[in-house]
Amino acid sequence: MTTLNEAPTVKGARRFDKPRTPQGKAGKFFEERLGLAGGLRKQLNKVFPDHWSFMMGEIALYSFIILILTGTFLTFFFDASMAEVRYDGSYVPLQGVEMSRAYASTLHISFDVRGGLILRQIHHWAALLFMAAMTIHMFRVFFTGAFRKPRELNWLIGLGLITLGLVEGFAGYSLPDDLLSGTGLRIAEAIMQSIPVIGTWVAFLAFGGKFPGTEIIGRLYIVHVLLVPGILAGLIGAHMALLIKQKHTEFPGPGKSEHTVSGERMYPTYAAKAGGFFFIVFAVCAALGGLAQINPIWLYGPYNTAQVSAGSQPDFYIGFLDGSTRLFPSWEIRLWHHTIPALFWPTIVLPGILFTLAGAYPFLEAKLTKDRAKHHLLQRPRDVPVRTGLGAMAITFYGVLLLSGGNDLIAKAFDISLNAMTWAGRIGMLLAPPLAYVIAYKACIGLQRHDREVLEHGIETGIIKRLPNGEFIEIHQPLGAVDDHGHGLLEYAGTPVPKKMNKLGNPQTARVKGFFRPVREKAEIEAELAALEQAEAERAASQRELTD
Amino acid sequence: MTTHSPHPAHAVEPASAEELALMSDEEAMILGAEADGVHIVHRRDRFPIRGTRAEKRAERTIALIFLIGFLAAVGFIVVFCGALPFEWHLPGQGSQDFRYFTPALGFLLGLSLACVGVGIVLWAKWLLPEEEAVQDRHDEPESEAEVLMTAASLVTGFNDMGVARRSMLKSTVGLAVGALAALPLVALVGAMIKKPNKGQGQSLFHTLWTAGTPVVYSDGRRVSTDDLLPGGIETVFPGVPGGIKAGDSPTLLIRLRPGQVVKARKGQDTYQWGDYIAFSKICTHAGCPASLYEQQTGRLLCPCHQSQFDVLLDAKPIFGPATRSLPKLPLGVEVQDGKQYFVAKGDFPEAIGPAFWERP
Repeated sequence: MTTLNEAPTVKGARRFDKPRTPQGKAGKFFEERLGLAGGLRKQLNKVFPDHWSFMMGEIALYSFIILILTGTFLTFFFDASMAEVRYDGSYVPLQGVEMSRAYASTLHISFDVRGGLILRQIHHWAALLFMAAMTIHMFRVFFTGAFRKPRELNWLIGLGLITLGLVEGFAGYSLPDDLLSGTGLRIAEAIMQSIPVIGTWVAFLAFGGKFPGTEIIGRLYIVHVLLVPGILAGLIGAHMALLIKQKHTEFPGPGKSEHTVSGERMYPTYAAKAGGFFFIVFAVCAALGGLAQINPIWLYGPYNTAQVSAGSQPDFYIGFLDGSTRLFPSWEIRLWHHTIPALFWPTIVLPGILFTLAGAYPFLEAKLTKDRAKHHLLQRPRDVPVRTGLGAMAITFYGVLLLSGGNDLIAKAFDISLNAMTWAGRIGMLLAPPLAYVIAYKACIGLQRHDREVLEHGIETGIIKRLPNGEFIEIHQPLGAVDDHGHGLLEYAGTPVPKKMNKLGNPQTARVKGFFRPVREKAEIEAELAALEQAEAERAASQRELTD
Repeated sequence: MTTHSPHPAHAVEPASAEELALMSDEEAMILGAEADGVHIVHRRDRFPIRGTRAEKRAERTIALIFLIGFLAAVGFIVVFCGALPFEWHLPGQGSQDFRYFTPALGFLLGLSLACVGVGIVLWAKWLLPEEEAVQDRHDEPESEAEVLMTAASLVTGFNDMGVARRSMLKSTVGLAVGALAALPLVALVGAMIKKPNKGQGQSLFHTLWTAGTPVVYSDGRRVSTDDLLPGGIETVFPGVPGGIKAGDSPTLLIRLRPGQVVKARKGQDTYQWGDYIAFSKICTHAGCPASLYEQQTGRLLCPCHQSQFDVLLDAKPIFGPATRSLPKLPLGVEVQDGKQYFVAKGDFPEAIGPAFWERP
């Protein structure tokens, strides 16, 4: 083991009972009262594997923190009341217009509170990022098999987080009571009404009477700032606690095993990287919040049951439901003087099925594959073609619905008939997913075969050789030992296989970094390497002396 | 560079306080990590030779990034506190510099945060020691003895309570706690519940239109029979208190073009007045106002989910997810000051808006 620090000059310096430094004294103070040293050290030493795809969940976590920070600011100025006022703020085009206090106070935040607009916009962008990051994190977990035993419970918690995130986001963007969000609430009310038997009761309960009533904004407000965030925070805590208890998954590779996890210790390296990454995520939200306009409610105007804008789109995470609603045919069931509206199927039944399937997937896969073992090493998507195909199928289905949520805008932009777009979506949502399955499945098999081929025959070097008999052959570089026929002996192990010569690694070239020119000249690197070797040799020599 | 086998040796003797006192910080840290099942297999200073040009360059670069972060944060404070105005003004009626306020804040805050973030990450990547650590998962199932003892503790507790024997207690405590557990839900639902269709203006089957209700614009003016050109449309409301605000009021008054004939539904032949016809504007699908009217084809489009209604077929849905025709308002006129004004001859003959369970 190489030690980096010099040994303390004063021997016997480390004493618990007589600390000399302020840090030591503070440590003694807390240790005598809390007794945390052992547990704390365990956490400081916790090992985190390093892979870019593991950052998606981090982005989601950080955007949640940003949402709490910016949301707290907004609560100081927002008034969740549907009482009518006449606007007299500084935005001239709306002066004198009758509107709810909720809309007026959102205008107040946007125009009359110093920095209110940027905080509102950061909040909205962070909400989009929160949902997007959770979704992509879910893809990562799905395609690499990270949901398998023992992590099924965390998969379910994650699904709960996404579902609640949808509710939270919808409640949030409904609060300003502008024309766009009011239209969303109108549709939400129609969806509640569409539930068989209890629908009208549910709608009257939620809205305190017939739409629009005077209650809904105040109720959504407390749901948005207390109820759902509280549950979200609790679930995120549980998600993290399970992660710490079960430790990270990691990709297989040399030195990786099911019984260990490898990477960097939490303190200081990982904490610094993760902490720095929080600031970077916040930076992106802040820059978007200041530079990219989002939800300009003053252009929409106050909500009014008689008006709607063409091209009204919800936030993207609701888009797939908007799409399913547009695509579903007008199949209303009328029986014995009762109605099951067509709206019920695409807005309640379909998401119900989708989320139930997602939640059941880890258990279904375990049952069908009879794989009941614990797994800590991840799988590459290509090594599980059926799962990858199913995932591609689900994403394609979701994608068709999401696109159809904006089919009017697509129709307008590309001058296509709106009805053709609807039909394309209807047919697409049935045909595109199986097609995606086939393509993904074949791609997985192809990628696997290519890996196996390189393992067997080696890497194509691009060097063409002419044999005495005139035949041209390409020289292949084997990856390891070969048998009598020149075929590689390495087994396929579900790990990345180098496909290019410069992926084989060369400590000399790997150190030459830089975009336009090498950051470090070759001579400099060589000098450093020589010095390093010398230092190592000296250290080894001195250690031998000590032991002798 | 030293590397060890990835499989850590478990037999690490815990060191005594006296031994630890004589070790360097790093040696003691490594022992602590071993005690936690964390084996540091590779650890190497990025700059084993202190003070090389490369190390100084890295340090200077990171320091520069932090400095930019500091300046951007100061810039944010300066802009926020008044270097740029934020009050909104119409063009020509005051400084337009407020337009730069939010973008400037976003740029400076983003830059400052990015510098701090990138600086910290680079600090970790460039200057912290290269390290590869391997931690035991300790994922082995708990020992069987452990599990059996826990199970026995649970079972004994149940037996002590006599859960199996005292069935009377079991069922009664279940009843009491179950009923109590339902209380919060009952209290919340009970406080919020409203009987549908009960009370003034709360019926889904009726709107504020009645026989003789004046037809008015959103500003309260009455609609006369020569307000609209052929092919024109107007959103109108019942001229009664609260009529303009109510969610089921909006009604689309259409003046047909010459030659356009609407085939009326059964029993609704008299609802049209001349070439004027009025439908509920609330889409029968999800309740958005269906307001995009193409006067030449007589098609009405709801922008939310693209249901299309053919006015010439009496607002029958011809495309998209809507199932029911838009309800038609019976139109009549009354004469006031020598001018003809529209009135309703009654309510819509059926419930307007999205369908629901109780609707036939």
